[in-house]
Amino acid sequence: MFEVFDWLEMTWIGQTIRESLWLFPVIEAVHLLALAVLGGAVLIVDLRLLGVGIQTSTPAEVAQRAQPILILGIVGLLSTGIPLFLSEAIKCYYNQSFWVKMIGLSLILLFTFTWRKRYLSSATSLTVENLGKMTAAVSMGMWFLVAAAGRWIGFS
Amino acid sequence: MREFILWLDTHEWSTAIHESFFVYPIIESTHVLTLCLFVGTLIMVDLRLLGLGLVNTPVSEVTRRVLPWTLIGAVIMFVTGLLLFYAIPERTYHSLWFRIKVVMLIVAGINALYFHYRVHRNQSFWDNAPKPPLNARVSAAVSLTMWAGVIVTGRMIAYNWFDCDRQPQPEFINWAAGCVLV
Repeated sequence: MFEVFDWLEMTWIGQTIRESLWLFPVIEAVHLLALAVLGGAVLIVDLRLLGVGIQTSTPAEVAQRAQPILILGIVGLLSTGIPLFLSEAIKCYYNQSFWVKMIGLSLILLFTFTWRKRYLSSATSLTVENLGKMTAAVSMGMWFLVAAAGRWIGFS
Repeated sequence: MREFILWLDTHEWSTAIHESFFVYPIIESTHVLTLCLFVGTLIMVDLRLLGLGLVNTPVSEVTRRVLPWTLIGAVIMFVTGLLLFYAIPERTYHSLWFRIKVVMLIVAGINALYFHYRVHRNQSFWDNAPKPPLNARVSAAVSLTMWAGVIVTGRMIAYNWFDCDRQPQPEFINWAAGCVLV
């Protein structure tokens, strides 16, 4: 496993970012912008499910409209997150927060594109049952964990 | 102003937060994660105003249900932001990025007031329109641009490229950052 991270650290993308004074900060800033986009797309739907957001449109409608924005946020995060990782792969290997984030990220992506997506497409009524509220709570909680662990990579 | 900042710097609490192993990172993380709540919800409202998102939901429904969350986010942002400034007053006060950020915050604030008191007023005429009128779209675009700028410049405060203790800097930079050179 370490050999893989060692090799990733030496890729030209990683090297270019490390050698540049401003590349890392700029990519990091775009990563934060994408985080805000993702946060908006997730919250608008989850708050709807919890009954404390938009109420006159069904969760299915809100989710359908938020889907492109969700994809935009995720693509933005991945396309900036991967280069950031490549520039310090070995540091990440020894960083607990990094592993927490990656495991959490895998789980929440799986959850979002299987269970949550299927649930939302069938949520065509204005009232939401408890299952929907639980779905929203899991989604918000997991994304929070991923974002918090992500921030903590920089502190540890 | 500078005297006030230097006075803040002498506070025990300021030093305590700055040097604390957990408190500073926790305040900083809260500030960053609240981006999702504050800017995230604001993005959704702005996209609705631009006619790019949630187009089949009335504008009034989006603003009424979503903006309270934005406001909660704004309060958390403001409180944690003040604490972060209080922990490192002098350096932040002289940070070029921080100064650009404050200017953008002021523009964003004026734009929000303009939206609230002008654009919002005749909203009942275009509440259901998928694409709101030009002044609403312009206001939303200004909002998105300013907040994106606030995020980027906010993140850059962490980097010391233009710090006063790194000389020589171009005269313009020293002027904009208010550096006191001895």
